[in-house]
Amino acid sequence: MNSIFTITLKELRSYFTSPIAYVVFTMFLVLSGYFFSVILFISKEASFRGAASNIIITLLFLMPLITMRMFSEERKMGTLELLMTKPVRDIEVMLGKFLAAAILFITMLASTLVYIFILTKYGNPDMGPIWSAYLGILLCGLSFIALGIFASTLTENQIIAAVIGFALVLLLWVMSWISGNLGEVDSELLSYISLSTHLEGFVKGVINLKDVVYYLSFIVFWLFVSVKSIEIRKWK
Amino acid sequence: MIKASKLTKKYGTKAAIQDVSFNIDKGEVVGFLGPNGAGKTTTMRILTGYIPPTSGKVEIGGLDVFDDSLEVRRKLGYLPENTPLYLDMDVEVFLKYIAALKKVSTDKRSNHVSKIMKVCGIDNVRQSTIKTLSKGYKQRVGIAQALIGNPEYLILDEPTIGLDPKQIIEIRELIKSLAEDKTIILSTHILPEVSMTCSRVIIIAEGKIVAEDTPNNLENRLSGVAKVLLTVKGPGEEISSKLKEISGVKRVNIEKTQASDLVDLEVASQKDVDIRGQLAQAVVQNNWDLLEMRREVLGLEEIFLKLTTKE
Ligand SMILES: Nc1ncnc2c1ncn2[C@@H]1O[C@H](COP(=O)(O)OP(=O)(O)OP(=O)(O)O)[C@@H](O)[C@H]1O
Ligand SMILES: [Mg+2]
Repeated sequence: MNSIFTITLKELRSYFTSPIAYVVFTMFLVLSGYFFSVILFISKEASFRGAASNIIITLLFLMPLITMRMFSEERKMGTLELLMTKPVRDIEVMLGKFLAAAILFITMLASTLVYIFILTKYGNPDMGPIWSAYLGILLCGLSFIALGIFASTLTENQIIAAVIGFALVLLLWVMSWISGNLGEVDSELLSYISLSTHLEGFVKGVINLKDVVYYLSFIVFWLFVSVKSIEIRKWK
Repeated sequence: MIKASKLTKKYGTKAAIQDVSFNIDKGEVVGFLGPNGAGKTTTMRILTGYIPPTSGKVEIGGLDVFDDSLEVRRKLGYLPENTPLYLDMDVEVFLKYIAALKKVSTDKRSNHVSKIMKVCGIDNVRQSTIKTLSKGYKQRVGIAQALIGNPEYLILDEPTIGLDPKQIIEIRELIKSLAEDKTIILSTHILPEVSMTCSRVIIIAEGKIVAEDTPNNLENRLSGVAKVLLTVKGPGEEISSKLKEISGVKRVNIEKTQASDLVDLEVASQKDVDIRGQLAQAVVQNNWDLLEMRREVLGLEEIFLKLTTKE
């Protein structure tokens, strides 16, 4: 357990020695600020719905940048060998890194609460759907992180890790869109797998246990696959 | 006690190491010696549990490296090849991180890290970012991280590579001073290193152990032959046959016939007899001119080449 936090702290520290975290953080704040102001000044409606889907799209682009370094850099620098020969479990390393990315993301997301505060000054928004949308964005964002971490276990190259991460996230996001041309069973399966379909409820203000379970198992699944992926060296 | 039995590691169909077995007792300093691609790094990675062997097993302190991996890793200090480090971290912060991973308790961490930085001579750069350090200092940081947590076993993959002669000596001294209470395995290409730091040498070539002994014994065993190199002015064949008659001479080779009537000869003899006097006499008695004479005993260098290169 302690090893997990040790690794989390180290990862968080290294976020702030590289410019990437700052750039991503700033871009996220600027873009989400823009989405909120659009709501306020154009639709003149104190609702969060539009902003929520825009925020998630922004995250879809930005999240792979947060996770791309996590394992690719360790592999490239050879520090993975340093780390994996210390008395830590592979799963502890994985969770430590996941937690670090999660904390950065949660901080990013929490800063947008300022905009919600402004929203309440100008109007009288229904807070229920706002909180449920936040929960949805949180779960969905954590899923992006798990997938992004998996991508970074695949290659030594950060940029390639980011591209693969983005491609995977996008693919799982749009999965339900292509279901139109398929048979009933296939299309249902695809829309079940798709990350986007499970967000709809949250944004509307409905929290379905089914959706929560979906996101949690998505995260667990990809972290598990990531652990296996860094263990691949053992089977070659 | 490190016990490796019948380690084989295959990459695809090619074996990087094959049937490598050895035992290393507590307190030994063992040098792994071998040319590039011999399988030193592969063996060390298996010893540390970083990669599993295709077949065979390793026990460290009575524990199986793969079944009790975590327990073994606690007792192990490892410097991987090329000294990988987190370049963006400060030296002290990095070592404290390693100390936390090595489960050094929080209250002892600062002291422990300070002590090791002193031992390795890096306390003057404790605040520096690792990437700004010179190669030699990075190497020391690498060794320092291996020492964190007072491991009983140290495995160092080419600890002195890329250092200047002065630093090489310092690192060797450091390793020697550590040898008192640790079991150490180090790999190297450099021969003097082994004879200076190690109590035993394992020579490995093309994935197999070709020799294993103390540096002294190796030298003695394989250098039973001494060579005398001569340059004589005279007829080559005739000189050669005359020298062969001297007792103690095993073999005479004409190395090359130089311009005009100079001949270079290589005379092999028992190591413990010096035949230079008789050789000189024989040449002079036959009225040839002795221009040069030199005696050579095979050193570790030649032994190494002899063992690791195929005829
Ligand atoms: N990951 C790998 N995939 C395929 N082959 C490998 C791999 N790692 C090592 N080898 C091969 O195994 C053999 C032994 O390599 P190893 O790195 O153990 O040699 P070494 O003795 O450490 O050499 P050096 O002195 O150059 O460091 C080499 O032929 C190498 O090409
Ligand atoms: Mg090597």
